[in-house]
Amino acid sequence: MKFVDEFRDPTKAKALLREIEALIGAIGATKREPVSIMEVCGGHTHAIFKFGIENLLPDGIELVHGPGCPVCVLPMGRVDDCVALAETPGVILTTFGDAMRVPGSRKSLLQAKADCADVRMVYSPLDALGLARAHPDREVVFFGLGFETTMPSTALTILQAEAEGIRNFSLFCNHITIIPTIKAILDSPDLQLHGFLGPGHVSMVIGTAPYRFIARHYRRPLVIAGFEPLDVLQSIWMVLRQIAEGRVEIENQYNRIVPENGNPVAMDAISRVFELREFFEWRGLGSIDHSGVRIRDAYAAYDAERRFAVPSIKIADPKSCQCGEVLKGVIKPWQCKVFGSACTPQTPMGALMVSSEGACAAYYQYGDLDGMRERRASA
Amino acid sequence: MTVLKPLDPSMSSRRQRGAVCVPTVTLAHGGGGQAMRDLIDDVFLRAFASPPMSELNDSALIALRELGSHGDRLAVTTDSFVVDPLFFPGGDIGKLAICGTINDLAVSGAKPLYLTCSVVIEEGLPVDLLRRVALSMAATAADAGVRIVTGDTKVVNRGACDKLFINTAGVGVVRSGLALDASRARPGDVILVNGVLGDHGATILNARGDMALTTPIESDCAALHGLIDDILSAAPGTRFMRDATRGGLATVLNEVAESASVGIEIEESAVPIREEVKGFCEILGLDPLYLANEGKIVCVVPEAEAPAALTAMRSSPLGAGAATVGRVTDEKPGRVVMRSVLGGRRIVDMLVGEQLPRIC
Repeated sequence: MKFVDEFRDPTKAKALLREIEALIGAIGATKREPVSIMEVCGGHTHAIFKFGIENLLPDGIELVHGPGCPVCVLPMGRVDDCVALAETPGVILTTFGDAMRVPGSRKSLLQAKADCADVRMVYSPLDALGLARAHPDREVVFFGLGFETTMPSTALTILQAEAEGIRNFSLFCNHITIIPTIKAILDSPDLQLHGFLGPGHVSMVIGTAPYRFIARHYRRPLVIAGFEPLDVLQSIWMVLRQIAEGRVEIENQYNRIVPENGNPVAMDAISRVFELREFFEWRGLGSIDHSGVRIRDAYAAYDAERRFAVPSIKIADPKSCQCGEVLKGVIKPWQCKVFGSACTPQTPMGALMVSSEGACAAYYQYGDLDGMRERRASA
Repeated sequence: MTVLKPLDPSMSSRRQRGAVCVPTVTLAHGGGGQAMRDLIDDVFLRAFASPPMSELNDSALIALRELGSHGDRLAVTTDSFVVDPLFFPGGDIGKLAICGTINDLAVSGAKPLYLTCSVVIEEGLPVDLLRRVALSMAATAADAGVRIVTGDTKVVNRGACDKLFINTAGVGVVRSGLALDASRARPGDVILVNGVLGDHGATILNARGDMALTTPIESDCAALHGLIDDILSAAPGTRFMRDATRGGLATVLNEVAESASVGIEIEESAVPIREEVKGFCEILGLDPLYLANEGKIVCVVPEAEAPAALTAMRSSPLGAGAATVGRVTDEKPGRVVMRSVLGGRRIVDMLVGEQLPRIC
């Protein structure tokens, strides 16, 4: 496959792995005292597991799988709100595929659909707008979620709805923003991270400047990384090289996609339609200031939260869940008390088991479960 | 008992019995009266025209002597087909309903002989569309040398089913001495597939039209009993075969690993997948290992017979793209492991639910 196979070349991967091993040696990292690198984005977590990258890396590197899976970090209360919207008479609730399975406290959207709610999977918010156009007698609500990657398309859809005068379309906005969350992780007292792989597709929109404080104030290197195996390996190598050379910088490995200034047109659409919320609740991480966006007053007519009586349910994370510690790299997924027993992909308790991009689900699906159980037993 | 014969089309100018003159199926066509008989005559009997069926008894009667001439065990299977859309590149629900049941019989080592055909129709379905499906079933069965011997028709209210559901049951006979079973897989055995994987699953997802992708991918829907016969002649020690339908290669391999308490290791680079299907999966965040196939079998063959089995596959057009994808091991019993193109290993587990496209 053109533009894909080139980034999966085994020979180049081997060469990179040799250089990574040399750098680990130079840094003096070991299994007991490894360099911990967090990949912020769920897409990276997915690639790391899909290609078995973790077991190709030398012992002195530990990958910590971060909070960048928008499906995983959605709190249960928001899913309950969404189910309530879906169950409102006359509503067609639309959303992306993997949001369908996220459990609320009562049910997921998939279950709501089975119970007669009109829930439809779309591939773009514009498809949801198309449904609104085709069903003028129904209220079409788009359950929008995701970081800055998906935010521009939602914003443009609202601008399009306004331009066409479509009145039966609204957005249940759960878009979140990555920077305050990285900051919350960096502010955590039990932080054990030495560097970051930055999210590639978020950066395609926001550019590289918003990460500068991570190098300046927190003295941690960050490399914006692509999603193919060679991208991930090269980015790990770039982080290690910074550590070995005593540099702390924001670097861009994914420069074939990510311009330094991001995408000004997309950013403009975002800022026309959205504004920061004072705070937003994250599953596993709690409330984080300025980490979510809502629809500006000028577009209030398209805000499902203002248009419908959304119950705004608050549900605390289950007590036995250790998602927060896993997210901050304090423990590995398999070290969590409920991993693989009470919490599995069939019956996810915690955020990270919910989507295939969540760290725990990835460990469960692709990892060596028997080995993990043994390690937990002997720990 | 009324013995009805298929009507001669030239008789239909005098609209009386045996012809449907309305454009859509209505609840009257399921009412058990004249309208239903007209629908059966005009659509199904005309297409299938098989002697036992046209007698319209409650059961088809099959001589035991004839069955016994093929082997010593009866194989019976049933499958329901609910595909949306009804027509897709490379096939339709009718072809699928015939091939699917033939393949279920054939992978059990049976020679497929007879099929049944039950349809559940949503009122409002165009009669012409039903006719096209029936003709497709008839043509597929005739090509495969299998007879449709009995059937049933129900019509339900709008919304009670989606356009058209078909159930086909199949009867076949297994020749004596042949025993295919997943639990017979042993470490060292070789895993073969007869061609590229994921075509059907990708075709159906794409044919639903909401992705707006243009691809030349077609369903691989095909009856495989001839190919399977060739493989069994070339590799009589074959342990097990299964058609990799829903859940794809990954699900079949997990079933083998679990059933035989063996490990299975496959090579990512050896699994044949069409470039277009790879691209389709990349765009949507799907894993082709789990995509459905309707013309692909997974065979577990002793190492010594693997080359012969592969040659037999490749000498048929239905197995031209056959490949060795992995082997049975004694490591990690019950688990399927895939070695990635980079050499990393990962577990290939059963899917929890259906695959859903990822957000980003």
